[in-house]
Amino acid sequence: MGSEKLILLGVNHKTTPVEVRETMALSSGYEEPLLQLGKIAGIKEYYLLSTCNRVELLVVGTPNAELVDSIIEFLFGTGRSKEECRQYFYLYEDQDAVDHLFRVAASLDSMIVGEAQILGQLKEAYRHAAALGTTGPLLNRLLHKAFSAAKRVRSETEIGSSAVSISYAAVQLAKKIFGQLNDKTVLLVGAGEMAELAAEHLVGQGVQSVVVVNRTLSRAVDLAQRFNGSAASLEELSCQLENVDIIISSTGAPGIVIHKEDVKPLMRSRKNKPLFFIDIAVPRDLDPALNEIENVFLYDIDDLSTVVEMNKTARDKEAVKAGRIVEEDTIKFMRWYESLALTPTIAAIRRKTDEICRQELDKTLGKLEGISEKDRQALEKMIGAISSKMLHDPLSYIKQQACGHRDDTDRRLDTIRNVFGLKDE
Amino acid sequence: MIVEISSILFMAVLAVTFVSCAAYVVFFISQNVKVREIARIILVVSGVLQTLYILVRYFQAGYSPITTHHETAFFFAWATTWAYLSFRWRYTVKNFGTFVSLLIFVLLIISAFSSKEVLPLKPILQSGWLPIHAGVSILAYGFFSLAFCGGLMYLLQERELKSKKFGYFFSRLPSLDALDQLNSHCLTTGFIFLTLGIVTGIVWAKVAVGHYWRWDPKETWSVITWFVYLIQLHQRFTVGWRGKRAAVMAIVGFVAVLFTFWGVNFFIGGEHSYGK
Repeated sequence: MGSEKLILLGVNHKTTPVEVRETMALSSGYEEPLLQLGKIAGIKEYYLLSTCNRVELLVVGTPNAELVDSIIEFLFGTGRSKEECRQYFYLYEDQDAVDHLFRVAASLDSMIVGEAQILGQLKEAYRHAAALGTTGPLLNRLLHKAFSAAKRVRSETEIGSSAVSISYAAVQLAKKIFGQLNDKTVLLVGAGEMAELAAEHLVGQGVQSVVVVNRTLSRAVDLAQRFNGSAASLEELSCQLENVDIIISSTGAPGIVIHKEDVKPLMRSRKNKPLFFIDIAVPRDLDPALNEIENVFLYDIDDLSTVVEMNKTARDKEAVKAGRIVEEDTIKFMRWYESLALTPTIAAIRRKTDEICRQELDKTLGKLEGISEKDRQALEKMIGAISSKMLHDPLSYIKQQACGHRDDTDRRLDTIRNVFGLKDE
Repeated sequence: MIVEISSILFMAVLAVTFVSCAAYVVFFISQNVKVREIARIILVVSGVLQTLYILVRYFQAGYSPITTHHETAFFFAWATTWAYLSFRWRYTVKNFGTFVSLLIFVLLIISAFSSKEVLPLKPILQSGWLPIHAGVSILAYGFFSLAFCGGLMYLLQERELKSKKFGYFFSRLPSLDALDQLNSHCLTTGFIFLTLGIVTGIVWAKVAVGHYWRWDPKETWSVITWFVYLIQLHQRFTVGWRGKRAAVMAIVGFVAVLFTFWGVNFFIGGEHSYGK
């Protein structure tokens, strides 16, 4: 297989601004770009992954400036100078490429570490490449190993269970207070973007109804429509408080909007049902003393950040574990990959046959009595001749030069290794 | 022979419960679900062994073994075990088992340190009413002890949420709502059994001595306990006593139960004194 290498070239949300990524995202689906890639000389196997946060290309081929240039041109088009492109993409070879692919599959390289979508996207990308026959024995195996590394990370660590965000923290707290959220009502005071996001998360977790209160009623009506909820004016706020469970406040008001004295008398008519106040406004909307009322829980943006931090430390610990799993799997794959080389394979086959001959010879010679030195040498010679004649065809099969346009040494090596039962890893 | 079987069984109950308790503590620390399954199975074994012990003790003593201090403490543990095992909340109330199994083990330890001597039954207690009256009452106590565990857990979790310092317990304890529902379920069930216990006691007293009610200290304290729980339930369903207040009241109620159960015998005495 000579100087062939695994080459991974790509851009992601960390290296490349969104304006550049936008121009690259392959909107036409996978088929066309895959066919286009096939025209680049020197590529043996390849596959392409394109998501909103990354475009990555994995290639088996001989690395040289020409190959890289044509891939860059494929990725960025001709509109940009090579120097400009170079600052955006990363390029990994062999072990680093495998490691990177496994990290991507395990969602360790995602914007939200631990999100589960990426594995599905990876599988889809692979399906397209496999359908067009652009992957060979090397990439087939590599991608399947990537899937299983991702599965291991998912089942052996808890990296997926605590995505990190303020909204997630709010949901987490709400669940600790209310248990089930599906019969609860959320009240949005003020129609800010953050409040909208948090409400979206809560609705995603099963919250039934949403009420929006805003100074300008029309904005409240708009937002309420998004959640199939109802709108109310600021004057109705205290009577709304009687019926809701979770309040997210994000007005631009300079002072306190809801005071302790407003809520305390309501608790009796609420029959002490718990109230969860979330204050994401700066300056704050909600009286800090609210937290002193029984069955009322008040969290401001800083308190929520504490929860986010807490999730982060837990997640970081899991990320260390996940990193170790990825490393392990990378090493295993590299062992197999390196064994694919011609010379070690031939050596391994020879070693195996020699060992078998030696064993059988010893066994037989032990049983034969009174055999002369000359006979023994003749026997050894015969066995040596048989084994090298037996090996002649298999060995010349893997040594033969590439026929036609494609070098399939890897495939032949893999076959022979399987036939001879040589261990991969 | 039967004495030996009974003492072997008792030791087995202690050992098995200890193992289950330890497993629940390990689960609490590690949060490994497999460990919880094992702990639960061992607790079921403990429950079965406890039942066997009570049966053996019945043949050993010749009457329902709910009279001496040892027997009542053991029966209390048995009631708590089966009250816990027989209900569905154990699925929704995370880590409830750890708290309950600790309480069960403490009750068993108390019974282990009391005299296991079999005393002849006082003539006044020789009646078919004994197992019904005492059994139903102690079953009520089993549910109240579950409510007590739930109350403790509620106070711990509420403190985490109010102080916003998320310590060891935050992720390990269930939601406040689950604990509050537990409180309501256990109190209602326990209250029904307690009422039955008092009513059967009244009927038995009428049959045995001709008076419905004699203000025996135990009777007085039972009524006090009954009122403590009655007030809680009434307040919960009318003005909504829930959350922290309900949790505190469940603990207060349990203290009243303990006093009625043991305190009265130690400090005051009376018809109900166990084996004195």
